[in-house]
Amino acid sequence: MSTIHVPPGSTDPERPGTSPDARPAAGPDFGPAARLTCRECGATYELGAAYACAECFGPLEVGYDFTDVTRERIESGPPNMWRYSCLLPVAPYAGDERNLNPGLTRLVRADNLAAALGMTGTLWVKDDSGNPTHSFKDRVVAVAQSAARRLGLGTIACASTGNLANAVAAAAARAGQDSVVVIPSNLEDGKVLTTAAYGGILLAVDGNYDDVNRLCSELVGDPLTEDWGFVNVNLRPYYAEGSKTVGYEIAEQLGWRLPQQVVAPIASGSLLTKVDKAFREFVSLGLVEDTAYQVYGAQATGCSPVSTAFREGHDVVRPVRPDTIAKSLAIGNPADGPYALDVVRRTGGAIEDVSDAEVVEGIRLLAETEGIFAETAGGVVIATLRKLLATGALDPAAETVVLNTGDGLKTLDAIAEHVGPTATIAHDVDEVTRVLAEHHARLTLEANATALA
Amino acid sequence: MSVSVRIPTILRTYTDGASEVTVEPAEPTLSGVLDALEAAAPGIRARVLDDAGALRRFVNVYVDDDDVRFTDGLATPTKAGTRISIIPAVAGG
Repeated sequence: MSTIHVPPGSTDPERPGTSPDARPAAGPDFGPAARLTCRECGATYELGAAYACAECFGPLEVGYDFTDVTRERIESGPPNMWRYSCLLPVAPYAGDERNLNPGLTRLVRADNLAAALGMTGTLWVKDDSGNPTHSFKDRVVAVAQSAARRLGLGTIACASTGNLANAVAAAAARAGQDSVVVIPSNLEDGKVLTTAAYGGILLAVDGNYDDVNRLCSELVGDPLTEDWGFVNVNLRPYYAEGSKTVGYEIAEQLGWRLPQQVVAPIASGSLLTKVDKAFREFVSLGLVEDTAYQVYGAQATGCSPVSTAFREGHDVVRPVRPDTIAKSLAIGNPADGPYALDVVRRTGGAIEDVSDAEVVEGIRLLAETEGIFAETAGGVVIATLRKLLATGALDPAAETVVLNTGDGLKTLDAIAEHVGPTATIAHDVDEVTRVLAEHHARLTLEANATALA
Repeated sequence: MSVSVRIPTILRTYTDGASEVTVEPAEPTLSGVLDALEAAAPGIRARVLDDAGALRRFVNVYVDDDDVRFTDGLATPTKAGTRISIIPAVAGG
């Protein structure tokens, strides 16, 4: 067995970012988490700020010794992701410390969207745009922030495609911590400006996300960053576990049962694998019945290394250089891609990719049918759902949950050329009458054309 | 021809804690650099390459600005002043 150095724990109530009611402990308290395990070779390590196996470079994952996990315990918890504290690598009091309290977002029954797509099974949208910074990244940051506290890391940092940037900067602001956020300089204004508004250091790098990721990986281990917890680098094992709460919530919100099909976006591949992990944990803990489910992955064609590997039957994901409007999914070298492939193949699902034009159509379809305005990643999921139905890979009669991971207000650039006012008019009743008549005539023509087709 | 190699934290046990090592490869390729690195820090090559001699799945190696998976892999040419970076692959977001 290999071991690594574990930095001293820090639960000093006087430290910035730690609320006065945080309880001091003798050492780092990670709740049910017991160890870090290499996903490739199985080597185990003590809990600490480590993320790669010293033997084979494989990614480290948190291992647990769960105790006393019951539906009643979860249901009596707070109305946010901390209701699942007993299933996460966090101290029992993590939710009492200053954080954004994300999670327990709505699960929306999407009958109109289902009808538009010709689905007869119930369709649900897990709408994570309802998180504090409007994406699912608040969940992963909350767990990483807690780990940073336990490990005595005063600054939280990240490499980001935008949503994570928002989440880290806001979480740090809420906790009174320092933050350093590193992003590609070509991100959407909505993500850059919102991150900057929360304060902290924001570094826009001339390069793509993979360049940013490389830079942050090189910074880990540099004396400059001794006190930094990069949430998605050296705190990654903890961070990634936060995504499990999406899966927990889906199962609990469905009345303690699993859906038959789930469609998740793939960037790094982590979210998809953690939703599956959540389902399997619930089954193994006896919280839900062991019913079959299929997991499907969604990518943009302009960055589709995992979809390509799936289609070609490969286990290895060959990196690509991203070129898509779905920037939050634009990770050309997705480290969890092989694991996402494993999950999809094991469950009998599929992975598809869609063009940028289809992404925009997906955004509009969800908005027009359900009143949910998704960012580009959500558009990728909806467009992929449609494609999977068209190819017959996804069963239209089965109960399906699709994930919307972020808010469309963050990616207005993507649809700016496609939507706008119906008309710009003078403040005159006759003008309104004329425009409405023209509008209804156009709708009638379109309906007739559709009927003829 | 000297080439510098950035060493990730988890491999610094092989380099006495050094974060950067400069080597003089006999052959001007990444493979030659790894041979020279092995001579300077015995055992390190087996951490970067698998039993078949290929780059491990979760290692990213850059020769200057290029990920070698986009170039010629271990045959990627190096020259005097080249900077090589070995880093664990981590997912993003």
